[in-house]
Amino acid sequence: MKQLRALGLLLFLAAISIFSVSLFLPSFSLDEAKYKEALLTGNEQSDARYMAFSEGVLSATEGKCFSNAFAFSAAVREAFETKNNELKAAEKWDEVVWDKPHEFAASLALTASKGPINDHTGWFLFLTFGMGIIGGTIYVLANRAMQGTDGIKNDHIFHHAATNRGWIGWLVFAWLVAFYIVLYFFPDYVVGWSMITDPVSYFLKGSAGGRWFLYGLLYCSVMTVMAIRMFVKYRGNKYQILRTSSVLFFQICFAFLIPEIMVRFGYPGVDMKEIWPLDYDFFFDWNLSAKLRAGSLGIFLLVWGLILIVVGVPVMVYFFGKRWYCSWVCGCGGLAETLGDPYRQLSDKSVKAWKIERYLIHAVLVFAVFMTGLTLYTFFSGESEVFSMNTYDIQDTYKFMIGSVFAGVIGTGFYPAMGNRVWCRFGCPLAAYLGLVQRFKSRFRITTNGGQCISCGNCSTYCEMGIDVRWYAQRGQNIVRSSCVGCGICSAVCPRGVLKLENGPEEGRINDNPILIGHEGIQLSQDVTSNKA
Amino acid sequence: MRTIAIIGNGISGVTAARNIRKKSSDRIVIISVETPHFFSRTALMYIYMGHMKYEHTKPYEDHFWKKNNLELIHDRVETVDFDNKKLLLKNTPELKYDSLVLATGSSPNKFGWPGQDLPGVQGLYSFQDLEKLEENTHGPLVAESKRTVETAVIVGGGLIGVELAEMLLTRHVKVIFLVREDRFWGNVLPKEEGELVARHMVEHHVDLRLNTEMDRIEADENGRACAVITKEGERIPCQLVGLTAGVSPNIKFLKESQLDTQRGIMVNEFLETNIPDVYAIGDCAQFHQAPAGRRPIEQVWYTGRMMGETVARTLTGNRTQYQPGHWFNSAKFFDIEYQTYGVVPARMNDHMADFYWEDPTGKKCIKIVFNKDTHEFIGINTFGIRMRHERFDAWLNQNSTVEHVIEHLKDANFDPEFYASQEEAIVQKFNSELGTSITPKRKSWKRIFGKIAL
Ligand SMILES: Cc1cc2nc3c(=O)[nH]c(=O)nc-3n(C[C@H](O)[C@H](O)[C@H](O)COP(=O)(O)OP(=O)(O)OC[C@H]3O[C@@H](n4cnc5c(N)ncnc54)[C@H](O)[C@@H]3O)c2cc1C
Ligand code: SF4
Ligand code: SF4
Repeated sequence: MKQLRALGLLLFLAAISIFSVSLFLPSFSLDEAKYKEALLTGNEQSDARYMAFSEGVLSATEGKCFSNAFAFSAAVREAFETKNNELKAAEKWDEVVWDKPHEFAASLALTASKGPINDHTGWFLFLTFGMGIIGGTIYVLANRAMQGTDGIKNDHIFHHAATNRGWIGWLVFAWLVAFYIVLYFFPDYVVGWSMITDPVSYFLKGSAGGRWFLYGLLYCSVMTVMAIRMFVKYRGNKYQILRTSSVLFFQICFAFLIPEIMVRFGYPGVDMKEIWPLDYDFFFDWNLSAKLRAGSLGIFLLVWGLILIVVGVPVMVYFFGKRWYCSWVCGCGGLAETLGDPYRQLSDKSVKAWKIERYLIHAVLVFAVFMTGLTLYTFFSGESEVFSMNTYDIQDTYKFMIGSVFAGVIGTGFYPAMGNRVWCRFGCPLAAYLGLVQRFKSRFRITTNGGQCISCGNCSTYCEMGIDVRWYAQRGQNIVRSSCVGCGICSAVCPRGVLKLENGPEEGRINDNPILIGHEGIQLSQDVTSNKA
Repeated sequence: MRTIAIIGNGISGVTAARNIRKKSSDRIVIISVETPHFFSRTALMYIYMGHMKYEHTKPYEDHFWKKNNLELIHDRVETVDFDNKKLLLKNTPELKYDSLVLATGSSPNKFGWPGQDLPGVQGLYSFQDLEKLEENTHGPLVAESKRTVETAVIVGGGLIGVELAEMLLTRHVKVIFLVREDRFWGNVLPKEEGELVARHMVEHHVDLRLNTEMDRIEADENGRACAVITKEGERIPCQLVGLTAGVSPNIKFLKESQLDTQRGIMVNEFLETNIPDVYAIGDCAQFHQAPAGRRPIEQVWYTGRMMGETVARTLTGNRTQYQPGHWFNSAKFFDIEYQTYGVVPARMNDHMADFYWEDPTGKKCIKIVFNKDTHEFIGINTFGIRMRHERFDAWLNQNSTVEHVIEHLKDANFDPEFYASQEEAIVQKFNSELGTSITPKRKSWKRIFGKIAL
């Protein structure tokens, strides 16, 4: 078994290495035919604009063979910016191309690329995704076989360099952060990756997928393997099994397959489980217009989205708590609960962190609402300036700061450093909204079982949201916190059976002056005391 | 302003301090030689196994003490000068007090076995014991060739023994467990439950030897423990001996004084000792007259907490008698959780009858004890099924019958959502054994939370 597990790990590491290296494999050469193939769409106006750039770009690249994406992109971007600057200097605003330089380079990079990945795409798909999935699964299952009896084994979590901010943890941290930075901000550098997944994209939607398809497929693969790990690790716990199956289902079907297939049939590809304000561009004009153009399906999607915001969230949270979304449906939550599970113990439990959390998450919510307000104003009035603020600039700022840096780079990259729910805890505006409802109008609570708590600290340690569960449990108080995503792990790891997630009557849900049962002397003459100590 | 000194920063001492602070602005000083801050002794095993670090076992953040104006002294109290009301400490100037609370806890039992103080022999109670265990065993996750302890012998079958066994197994140490009685934890658990736990331990590769008593421990040429010799004369080679045959009040430094002590510090029902303004609580206290149905010394977390609450009242002007409610407790044996409410003795008394149910896997069971004549519910043991404390407390208060408990068992279930329910099977067995025809009532929020009678 030990050897089998090592084999699994080896296969997995090999796959990751090949995947990482494949970023550097393509070489690039560009000529006029490829230039046209990449940029011309048949729209006269835009085609003419792009053709004006061809001379400069081609003279910088034609006849040369660039051995990597960085050199190719640098040459293209320089030519692109030179031309753009000329146009701007001449105040020929109509002729300027407003693409971001890296995006412009990215559009050319795919057609200009050549090398082993182009020639053996299938092999690369197998050696990265295929081998990674197989290796990861072997590792997880061999681990299971070695563990013997049922029961959650958290042995050595704080001894191991991977799960205790050791060198492995920091290595994974660096890899993830680098991955997200490249993915979000340097689309021209990742063509090596998106080429690998193109065959799958052609199969699903009949066209090349690009980096977001790559990301979607990677997301689903990682979640699948790590969900198997969850099934193994928490095998005695039905709640964990069901909720993991649920997030996996919603990710694969709703976030991935359905939108891709919708695109195949000419509809906008929409993830129907995404809810504003997490789905921050729901009200952006291009999005609204696209839906309005898409006929009755588009209208349905628009209405569906609105219903989720206005009725879905409050009603569902009232009956089940925010967990119905955060740990049963959501994609970000799905990744956190699978890939992120090995890191849950790294969240900060201090009162200080709780304070920062409350400021930050509500600030993001306010920002999201504010930006959406501007957006809607602009949509209906046609004015893009409000009080000398430009709606599009604000959208771009949000997109960059919150949508990419916070949610992606920090949100996932920081798993091995700050736990698996950094985004959900400190940043997600939808979590803030769900949380407000959960705190003030819900049937959900974690019931504390009388006086049974021994203050051991397992619950707090393994709470991914950094809730100091023990603080409540040892006072005999129920846990009602806006941030609780109802993952159920505190209850699962409690060695004394003290915690139970349940949806019960609102009355008595929050017991501010709890008495610990089992103590007659105190119960008989309970007096109200300050909660200070 | 009075000075209230508390010796011991365990659950008892700290609960007392917190509850005094809620009502008074007296100077409160907590002294402990063990760790600078209160930590949860019950979590010692998890530190060793790498589930948590020491930091995680502290129930309050370090700034809590200052914020609540609770002074901490990390030092040993060498003697108490009761006449002059002052404490003499090892490294700190003497401390004058007006009131003194003794919450000094326990230390592991040693029964005078030859070799009991050799290096490589230890108990598991304090943080220092944990450090010693780290020294006495190889580190976690080390290569097979670097393992220093191949076999350990654990002596004494109680809760701490099982925890020690589980801990050592995570370091790939072979565990031989000597139990003097014919079953595991025989003075507390009835036969079936003892067997269930024993089976589970064997499943975890513990070499459990019942009816086996240690005679002495042998040393090797370096003076380290190298083998345990049993009463039958068997020699068991080992590199570590764990002594877990219970604990006794940790009161050695008080023995020579005028304080009245026997096994523990003698107290009345107000937790007062024979010396005015001196109280004793928690593991170290022994009652002249135990509360009805309780033992004179109870060394568990919960009783320490309740005594801390009680003494805090007395010290803040409301002299209060210690009145624990119905007994409850819990533990975990490897993967199997155990809870108990009310009284379930290891051997039934004359007026008691019991009902036992075990599921086919042999990993879940309940035992219910009731009055043979009146059928009044007396207590329950539950293994592998979580139950609601509040429900059983209410049933015990209401003198409910066993039939009532069985009928409403679903109200008491505390397992996580979606778990398979056991109640139908339990009720069926009950009906067939007692000739009743009870159908289990559906779980009712009204009954659970409504605090209505029945
Ligand atoms: C491994 C283990 C697991 C356990 N698990 C459970 C469980 O699951 N459930 C349960 O109910 N109970 C459990 N117990 C028992 C429970 O932990 C004790 O009953 C409880 O901690 C006693 O608390 P206390 O405050 O009375 O004493 P302690 O926690 O022992 O505190 C006494 C403190 O006083 C200090 N002290 C003593 N003398 C001096 C002196 N002269 N000068 C300075 N300081 C001094 C000691 O160093 C110590 O820090 C467990 C115990 C152990 C060891
Ligand atoms: S409190 Fe418990 S259920 Fe809620 S997020 Fe934390 S671990 Fe999960
Ligand atoms: S895990 Fe359970 S016993 Fe431990 S502190 Fe949390 S609620 Fe209390």
